[in-house]
Amino acid sequence: MADPKSLYQEVILDHNRKPRNYGALAQASHKAEGHNPLCGDHLSVALNLEGERIALIAFQGESCAICKASASMMTASVKGKTRQDAETLIQEFRDMATGQLDVDKQPHHLGRLTVFAGVRDLPTRVKCAILPWHTLHAAFHSVADTSTESENDPMHAPIGDA
Amino acid sequence: MSARQSALQPRPGSALDVERIRADFPILKLRPGGKPLVYLDNAASSQMPRQVIDRLVRYQTTQHANIHRAVHALSEIATAEYEEARRKLARFINAREEREVIFTSGTTEAVNLAMHGYGRKFIGAGDEIILTTLEHHSNIVPWQMLAEEKGARIRVVPINDAGELLIDDYEKLFNEHTKFVGVTHVSNALGSVTPVKRIIAFAHARGVPVLVDGAQAVPHMKVDVQDLDCDFYAFSGHKVCGPTGIGVLYGKAALLERMQPFKGGGDMILSVTFEKTTYNAIPQKFEAGTPPIAAAIGFGAAIDYLSGIGMDAIAAHEHDLLDYATEQVKRMPGVRIIGTAADKAAVLSFALDGVHPHDVGTLLNQDGVAVRTGHHCAQPVMQRFKVPATARASFAFYNTMAEVDALVAGIRDVQKVFS
Repeated sequence: MADPKSLYQEVILDHNRKPRNYGALAQASHKAEGHNPLCGDHLSVALNLEGERIALIAFQGESCAICKASASMMTASVKGKTRQDAETLIQEFRDMATGQLDVDKQPHHLGRLTVFAGVRDLPTRVKCAILPWHTLHAAFHSVADTSTESENDPMHAPIGDA
Repeated sequence: MSARQSALQPRPGSALDVERIRADFPILKLRPGGKPLVYLDNAASSQMPRQVIDRLVRYQTTQHANIHRAVHALSEIATAEYEEARRKLARFINAREEREVIFTSGTTEAVNLAMHGYGRKFIGAGDEIILTTLEHHSNIVPWQMLAEEKGARIRVVPINDAGELLIDDYEKLFNEHTKFVGVTHVSNALGSVTPVKRIIAFAHARGVPVLVDGAQAVPHMKVDVQDLDCDFYAFSGHKVCGPTGIGVLYGKAALLERMQPFKGGGDMILSVTFEKTTYNAIPQKFEAGTPPIAAAIGFGAAIDYLSGIGMDAIAAHEHDLLDYATEQVKRMPGVRIIGTAADKAAVLSFALDGVHPHDVGTLLNQDGVAVRTGHHCAQPVMQRFKVPATARASFAFYNTMAEVDALVAGIRDVQKVFS
């Protein structure tokens, strides 16, 4: 098992302290709420699509450091990208966190998001890292609320097939 | 020097020979990640001593058969051992009679049994059930289900900032509709010990029965159901060094006899035809199907083990641990203790400024320190203190002052990571 402390790397701690794109969007074209009832993590993701491109994105909420840093780095990663590219990142991030994508051996587009790779060794924390990504996915699909515990939410659906 | 001051210095186990006790617990020798296991999640589930493990093995290797059925020798032995476990449990909580001890799968099922057996028969539309803010979800949800089914109403006793029940408010909740009171003996999230005796006396003066959730009390103190005069008392085996899957609902015999069965099946009947079934007497009326025989016998062995040490000695050592931990933690900047009741069992819930409890738990785990993080199945308590979750260290008699030091050092490490 990887050293869990390695998960709490400076880049993650920095994004937790100073989250990027934190706050509300005045006029969002898409938004969703995500929550994990098991730990009380709760966040909202709002974005503005211009055509297929994410022009603006913001998040806010109450969560652990892993969730907040994941949300912060997610918004920084997908801003300016197309919805299709963002969906690819959502899929790859989920695969990395659940151990289905080995970022050292398989091709991916995650870049520095690979700092979250260690979460796969902490089963109870996987959901913390994934929650922002599922909320973004829900926002794209205009799902008003997403929960890590609901059977019919996008977390349990094959995201990449959308 | 007062007892409190003396507790500030680590001592080798006050009245208990803790090192000798620890040698009874094989799991405490584990070294997760190369570090000694510091197990401080006893309120969730305690560990099992060799004596109980050996008893389970002896039962399974030499005594197992189904009970209350066949005439062959093994069945008679298994039945006798199962009933002996009931006797031990009855003595342990000072029940008047053995038949007042119903084996359940745990505290949750015990509360559900009381709800189905008593609540569904005697509580109706417009009636009121009093619960408290301190309750575990298992003493909330069954009563909500009943209230929904019957059109009854739940009233809730508030707590103060220390996590103590507001007894005046409790008494004001009573009216002619009040039909039942459910109260925890010790809060699992905060450790607050509630004044159950007074709560029960007040309810009884108005003819209202009281169920006490004792899951967190039985591990830490001597419980005497006759002295409390409670109508029901629920607790679990796995929180007192016994197996999972076994618990007890104590109920006064007169009440149990008036109740309807909860589960139907074998063992709970005297005779069955398709026209009519006659139910067995208590306690069998409430023990349908083959019970967890081994777990019940293991529960009995765990009670023997605790009784051998003595509940008073256990309580004293755990209070020393709690006092020492509280003194250490409350002096740490940036740490807030959640739950500061004057009367507390060995639970220390805390929050770190700017650090989510789940990050605390993950990092403490890295130091080999096992604590619970989350809402502890007590979301109303979390809402009262306006926190999503807490980190909770809960102590058992086999914990040491050095383990408290490891917790404190671990908290400092967490703060360093997040500084």
